[in-house]
This record gives sequence, structure tokens and C-alpha cells, in this order.
Amino acid sequence: MDFELFKAIKKELINEVTESRLTHGILELKMSAENFFGVVSKLKTSFDFNLLLDLTAIDYLKQKEERFDVIYHLYSTLHLVRVRLKISLSEENAKITTLTTLYGSANFMERECHEMYGIDFVGNDDLRPILLYNGFEGYPLRKDYPIEKEQPLVPYIK
Amino acid sequence: MNFEKVKAIIPSITKGSTEDSVIINLGPSHPATHGTIQIIAELEGETIKRTDIHCGYLHRGFEKEAEAHTWHGVIPYTDRLNYCSGLINNFAYADTVETLIGLQITPRCLYLRTLLSEYSRLADHLTCVAAILMELGAMTAFLYLITIRDYIYEHLNHLTGARLTYSYVRIGGVANDLPEGWLIRLEEILQFYENYVEKVHKLVDRNRIFIDRTRNTGVLSTTDALHWGFTGPILRSTGAKHDLRKDNPYLAYADLDFEVPTGIKGDNYDRYYVRMREMDESVHMIRQCAKKLPSGPINLEGHKYMLPPKELVYKEIESLINHFKIIMEGPIVPSGDCYRAHEGANGELGFYIVSDGSGVPYKIHVRAPSFIHVGGAHIMLQGGQLADVVPTFGSLNMIGGECDR
Repeated sequence: MDFELFKAIKKELINEVTESRLTHGILELKMSAENFFGVVSKLKTSFDFNLLLDLTAIDYLKQKEERFDVIYHLYSTLHLVRVRLKISLSEENAKITTLTTLYGSANFMERECHEMYGIDFVGNDDLRPILLYNGFEGYPLRKDYPIEKEQPLVPYIK
Repeated sequence: MNFEKVKAIIPSITKGSTEDSVIINLGPSHPATHGTIQIIAELEGETIKRTDIHCGYLHRGFEKEAEAHTWHGVIPYTDRLNYCSGLINNFAYADTVETLIGLQITPRCLYLRTLLSEYSRLADHLTCVAAILMELGAMTAFLYLITIRDYIYEHLNHLTGARLTYSYVRIGGVANDLPEGWLIRLEEILQFYENYVEKVHKLVDRNRIFIDRTRNTGVLSTTDALHWGFTGPILRSTGAKHDLRKDNPYLAYADLDFEVPTGIKGDNYDRYYVRMREMDESVHMIRQCAKKLPSGPINLEGHKYMLPPKELVYKEIESLINHFKIIMEGPIVPSGDCYRAHEGANGELGFYIVSDGSGVPYKIHVRAPSFIHVGGAHIMLQGGQLADVVPTFGSLNMIGGECDR
């Protein structure tokens, strides 16, 4: 594990990152939604995190003050390490800057996260449903979406 | 369908296109699409200008369903992600949960899981290569490869009791040890494999039709591959030597001797060849694992996570209670989150799990390689011929179960 690199990242991002820890070999960084895009740009340009692996969210419903955590996993094919980014978002302001300008792979993942959790990715103009369909009501991976809920029939377009 | 109607339904594809271009629809149910996927392509002559790919036809809510099952109860669902190599999904999931708990599995289990991972990868690559060849009309090579795959499935059936959906893993071990004579049959099948794959190499590698259909079609550069999140054989076919088994060794890969085959220019031929070479490396690794397979227990002791043997459940009260607690409440996983990735047959297969300290997952997210690959597939299709969609999509090896979850 590249501890020197992790130290350098923490030093470089000291102003943006509110909390950091090393967990199961992954450096976890917490930050606010405003600082998020700057942090990812720095990680990509200065520390060669060239692969956006994964994007998802966690819904804490009433367990936490801010309802959602958006989770990003980045990988560096040069240093062979992963970084996890955690951004807390409130339900009223569930918005975060899109990463499609930095990583193409973000597009599909943001579409999925948008339809599953209702998080808005500002700047991504293609947030159509991807795993679900037009006319699906609600956000299925939110904790207040009952698992047995039925969906209305969508009209067939000829 | 006239242009105005298409425009109303799919605004993204028609944005910027003119009346001269033709918009066609492939799939979601089409014999050449290699899975339920819809490709809306804008053509100029026979050249593809743009594509819009839709997936999700096999979405069954894996992540939502997982939140309603115990940690053990999720295992059968993981089989159905990449159903060509169910065991890799099994092991990746169990490894993530074990990492979060802090369990260390026994050395025999470690080697057995490595062996079976490689065996599954062999079956998966055989399916993929066979499908590419069949879609291009090479029926003989297809039958050769599918024959070996079927030997493997029957062989795994002997071990796990199922041909495809194994559910063989347990948190802290596996369901059962190897049956008698299993390793002997393994060596027989590996020799069958070598025999048949040699024939496939002879039939296909220098075949003019195959080369014309696959060389310089669906070309992908390393920069594009990384930008669009490609991993696994597709990334390696572009010449980038990235393999999690070497880069972040898990299971017993650090002790094994193997090479990471790479391609030259990332076209369909390279993807075919990288998979063929990877199968040889897998066979090499399987033989090493079988030779090194340590003796000793297969499962961890104690029944905090592992189910007690069924005979004891009927005979003694402690085992009955253990069984009841694990089935009804689930094994208690400490609160926290964890991400672990295994090198799946298609690329990085990652599980991100969140526990709130109970027997039921708070959240499980799968980083499914196929989903990300489909998101970048348009890069490979654009600028090519319509007929190239077939080999390109074949070599992408999109697996619906994994892509749509």
C-alpha cells in the first residue's frame, strides 16, 4: 500500500477534505459538495486517478442529519490504489456537479444513481432512465420506497 | 416510423441529425445482439454515425432485493449477476463480507476459491469466444468450445449441485469439500481443453474471413478505454497491462506464476486473442492450484457465521440454535462499509457493502463491469460498418444479468 502517496494526497487536499481515513486499503475522503469537483480534478491531474470505478449513493433516511451520501471510487492504474470520496447531501439540496467532463464512464453511472436515488447531477443533460424506463414512479433504492410497491402501466407508443 | 415520431421518442439520437441519415433500431430482441439490449443507430449509408444504447431489460432489482435478505441470503442472487461465471461473483461477494467482518479463511479454502475462480473464468471466456465465432458463422469452432464448457459445467455440477447457479460459497468458507476423484477428472478436462483449443486456433487464427471481420473493427485506444471505464480483457486488448490479480493480488494469486496477455491495438481480433491466451493462463493457474492445494479444514471453526452441519442441527440444541439464529437473523456483520474488487471474467467486479451492525445488509452495490462497458460501447461502434456491430458486441461480452442487475 502506497502510504507516501496517501500522505501527499492528504497534504495537497488539506483545505478541501473535512475528514480522511484509511479503511481496508482504501483512502476515504469526505468533503462538501462545493469542493467536490475541484478535489476530483486535482486527483485526476496531479495524482493520476485515471479510472472512475464506481458511483453510488446511500440513503440514511432519518438516521443522519443529511439524508444522502454519494460515494465515488477512483482508481489509479499508475499507483494501483483506490480512493473513496464521500459527499453528504441533504434531501432538499440533493445536487452534485457531474463528472462527465472528466470521465466518460460517469454518464451511465450518474444516470443509474439519478433514477435510483433521485440525486441531481448538475451539468449532465442526459439523465434519462437507464435500468428503469420512462414513466417509472419514485426512486426505488430510497429507503422509503416499499419493496412490494407496484408500478402503473405505461402507455404503449406506436 | 417517420422521422418526426422518432424525434419525439428519442430526442438524444435525433439531436443534430438530418433528414438524410437513417435511424435504425437493433434489438432488444434480435438474434445478433447477444443479449437483451437495444441499439439505436444513426446510419449514413452503412456507416454508423452515432449510437444510443439502452440496457435494463433484465433489471430485477438486485440491490433492493439484497436489502431484504440476510447476508447469507444474498448469495444465490450473486450467482445470477454474471451467470457464465457465477463462482467469481460468489467469491467476490463473500470476500467483501469477510473483509468487513475481519475473517481470515483457511488456506485450503483460499486455494480452492482461486482454483474455482480460474475454472469459472475459463468457462466464461469459452462462452464468449464461442459466441463471437458462432455469430460470425464458424459453427465448428463454436461446437468445439461449447463442448469443453459443457464438460466444465457438468464437472462443477458434481461439486456444487448446479450447472450455472452454484451458490457454493459461504461466509467463512464454501459449502462442501471436493468430492472424491474430482481433481482427476479436472486434469482430464484440461487435457480435452488443450486438444480442442488447438483445433480452434488452427481453424480461426489465420482464417481470412475471420481476420477480415475482426481486424481493425471496433478499435479502442488505451486512453479511450480508461476514460470510458473499461477494465479486464477489453482494457488489456488495447495494450495496457492491468490485471487486478497482479496489481492488487487477492485470494492466492500472489503465490501463482502467470502472465498477463495484452493486445496490440484493441480491435476485435485482439480481444479474441487476449481471451484465448487468458484461458491458457487460467489452465496453468488451475494446475498450480491443484498441485499446491493444502490439506486441512475447508471451513472456519465455530458457528457464528458458518452454518452448523445438518446432522448436528437435528441432534443437539446448540447447533439448532446456531442454525436458527443464522437463518432467521443472519450473521452479525459489524457496522461500517467496505469495497472489494475481484478480477471478474469481464473486468473489475466490485462489491460495495454497508452494514448497520445487523444480520441484514443496509446496502449492497455491485460495480458490474458489463454495465460500464455498455456505457462506453458507442466509442467502439461509431465510424464502423453496421455489420461490425455483431463482432464488436460479441467481443464486449455484455452479460445481461450483470449489466442490468
